[in-house]
Amino acid sequence: MPRSSQMNSSRRRFLIGAGALATTATIPNALFAYTGGSSRLVVVILRGALDGLAAVPPYGDPDYASLHRELAIAAPGGPDGALALNNTFGLHPALSFLHERFAAGELVVFDAVASPYRDRSHFDGQNVLENGLTKPIGTADGWLNRALAALPRGSGRSSDRAVAISQNVPLILRGEAPVISKSPQATPDVDEDLLARLADLYSKDDWFSARLSEAQQTEKMVDGAADSNAMSKEAAKAAYPNRVGAVARMASELMRSDGGPEIAVIEASGWDTHANQGGAKGTLATRLAGLDQGLKSLADGLGPLWPQTAVLVVTEFGRTAAVNGTRGTDHGTGGCAFLVGGAVRGGQVIADWPGLHRTALLDNRDLKPTLDLRSVFKAVLDEHMHVDANTLAKRVFPDSSGARPLQGLIRA
Amino acid sequence: MPLAVNSPLAPSDQIFAGLIAARDERQKLKQASATESTDAKVLFNAVREAYQPHYRAQVLARAQSAALTSRPFAERLVHFWSNHFAVSADKGVVYGLAGTLENEAIRPHVAGRFVDLLTAVEQHPAMIAFLDNQYSVGKDSMAAARFASRSRGADTGQPKRQFGINENLAREILELHTLGVNGGYSQADVTSFAQIITGWSIGGGKGRLAGGVPGRFYFRDNLHEPGPKVFLGKTYTEQGQRQGEAVLADLARRPETANFIATKLVRHFIADDPPPAAVDRVARAFLKSGGDLPPVYAALIESPESWDANARKFKTPEDFVFSTLRALNVSPAQPEEVIRTFDLLGQRQYTPGSPAGWPDTSKSWDGSDALMHRVLWASRVGAKYESGVEPSDLAAASLGAYARPETLTALRRAASSGQAVALLLMSPEFQRR
Repeated sequence: MPRSSQMNSSRRRFLIGAGALATTATIPNALFAYTGGSSRLVVVILRGALDGLAAVPPYGDPDYASLHRELAIAAPGGPDGALALNNTFGLHPALSFLHERFAAGELVVFDAVASPYRDRSHFDGQNVLENGLTKPIGTADGWLNRALAALPRGSGRSSDRAVAISQNVPLILRGEAPVISKSPQATPDVDEDLLARLADLYSKDDWFSARLSEAQQTEKMVDGAADSNAMSKEAAKAAYPNRVGAVARMASELMRSDGGPEIAVIEASGWDTHANQGGAKGTLATRLAGLDQGLKSLADGLGPLWPQTAVLVVTEFGRTAAVNGTRGTDHGTGGCAFLVGGAVRGGQVIADWPGLHRTALLDNRDLKPTLDLRSVFKAVLDEHMHVDANTLAKRVFPDSSGARPLQGLIRA
Repeated sequence: MPLAVNSPLAPSDQIFAGLIAARDERQKLKQASATESTDAKVLFNAVREAYQPHYRAQVLARAQSAALTSRPFAERLVHFWSNHFAVSADKGVVYGLAGTLENEAIRPHVAGRFVDLLTAVEQHPAMIAFLDNQYSVGKDSMAAARFASRSRGADTGQPKRQFGINENLAREILELHTLGVNGGYSQADVTSFAQIITGWSIGGGKGRLAGGVPGRFYFRDNLHEPGPKVFLGKTYTEQGQRQGEAVLADLARRPETANFIATKLVRHFIADDPPPAAVDRVARAFLKSGGDLPPVYAALIESPESWDANARKFKTPEDFVFSTLRALNVSPAQPEEVIRTFDLLGQRQYTPGSPAGWPDTSKSWDGSDALMHRVLWASRVGAKYESGVEPSDLAAASLGAYARPETLTALRRAASSGQAVALLLMSPEFQRR
């Protein structure tokens, strides 16, 4: 992060809460005899590009209201005002659980952040977000899978240390390390005899054989989960499409089960608000409320595991600073991200704020990113999941020397 | 390529007009009863009421057509283009129209010219509404000028309505429908193209949006950004609607488009990693025929890679369900049957959730949980259709020489013919295509 000496008056900068990071003496993790397996990580991918200027309204920026117009969230205090984080930033009023976690010191808000991707295609943007490279093609596996392969060996952990809460595995978790997938839709009554015969039928086909045995192990995990009845009921109500609450609950139940996964990936779509986005109320507000409630379900469900959990909420890019012609926003660049959980050293907004003045915008339209998302990913994998720095720099995020890991995001 | 079944499906304009009528009716009721219901809630209920029967009828007709068609390759091409030009029914305004895009814009042109297919799709109300172009307004359009002169001096304290473009449709035409994301266009080209297609809208609005036949494509001259525009280095001087059509015609001829379409066809029909020789052959056929599609399909079929026994793809849920219906020679009778099936298997019809459509590689469909859902569905299908089916005949008819000896043994030893059907459907050779 730039120090104050690098700031200049012509470019508005706000570096909030990060001062503490530079001065806090953190005890190197190596001093602890870490055996692995106690930290929990949930990654929530918001597909479609969340409008960071709505989720984290920079109400203190002088250009915000005139650019974001009817989509802008008012300053804290008034009706439908932002939930204050500090004198510049707030949270969208629908994010009450997150705001509560901020006050409790469990939420870090990142702003003006982006992956290395600088064009405006959702699909390439999501590829870069998930493959951990600087370009959309070049590898068929995801950074979280590569990190998984490098996790310290946990004591008594099963081989399935990561789960995608969906029928299929998203790119971020694809790769050589084994992962499982489990959607909230139950698969009741699959005949044991049929499964045994299929196992036999698949014996000469490695691919089918592996998938079937993973599926059967996962079913056992679900059966052993603390509250499988309640989970099935919830799933039956809300299995499709992936409502955040149902998938969050499934994630927490699996993670709490004996030998359950340490890492879970959740996806939520519907953030591509090109038209009639709404402000404090409306389409996006409803989505944000669903996300907020989903995160609360996750925290409630994880219960005793919450103190050792970090939840990373990310999206492929931000949206245009100005409202478009249809009361929405088009594809942009810089946006926001969240890190929340009992293990998180929260209560901070980390934003090297470039400002929204016309001359400060990227390509005269987008919030300019000043923080690389990989700096956040690396910090979480290092401080929280104890993946060694060399592996992070070389294998997990190749070509990322410019994205140095942040420090002090996780409680020592 | 009409539907293979004679289904009385309503056309898109009628369906859309039904939505408008239902919304207006509910608005009136709301005002009369002064209830707390929000406009969003009113619209949501109107969408469900007006659209649901149409969505269900379209989904059923699609499955029946796939099951019964005597031209299965053409049907698969329809599905390919429908996914290439994807709209998603989880957007309320699209819900009841999604199937009409396939039936009205894609089926008539599947064996025609790409430019006609492209133009029909981009002017279909489902696509316009899905990608928000109906209210995209040029800043120097007549509507914007009139609004500016009217509101001059009147300061109501409210933020003024901003007139401007929405670049969603323009961007996705370039990225997803024609050139591809690496097709050599810039943000300036996206913005310019969005200006070019301002006014491409749907008829039947109110006030500023009055005019046109409700639910049909309607060019609103008053929203159109006037004047010549530069796109990909060429200046387009056409007037009005024809300017956008001229751009589509040029896009349909470009080598980047030929290459992008060829890559997608080869990935869909041959292999996840498209063999470059096959892509090249198909792309050359596209350029040579000027985008006339039958020679393009012929080049695809004639590619030796199409016949490579090792080039196999894991079926999508859609492939799996439709090939099962054909193998069993059955056709669904009720929409619930189809809807429940695809919900279970994770591919709700016409609902890919994004304009990129459903992913077309095995890795996107091969989760262990997905496999378990297929097992569950296969066992239900087996139980339902076990009478009247001789599993070994079924294997011979559906797999032919691809049936492995261990599969045939498993079928013979199965505990019931229902279980044998399930084993056949879940065999690796049936799960791949």
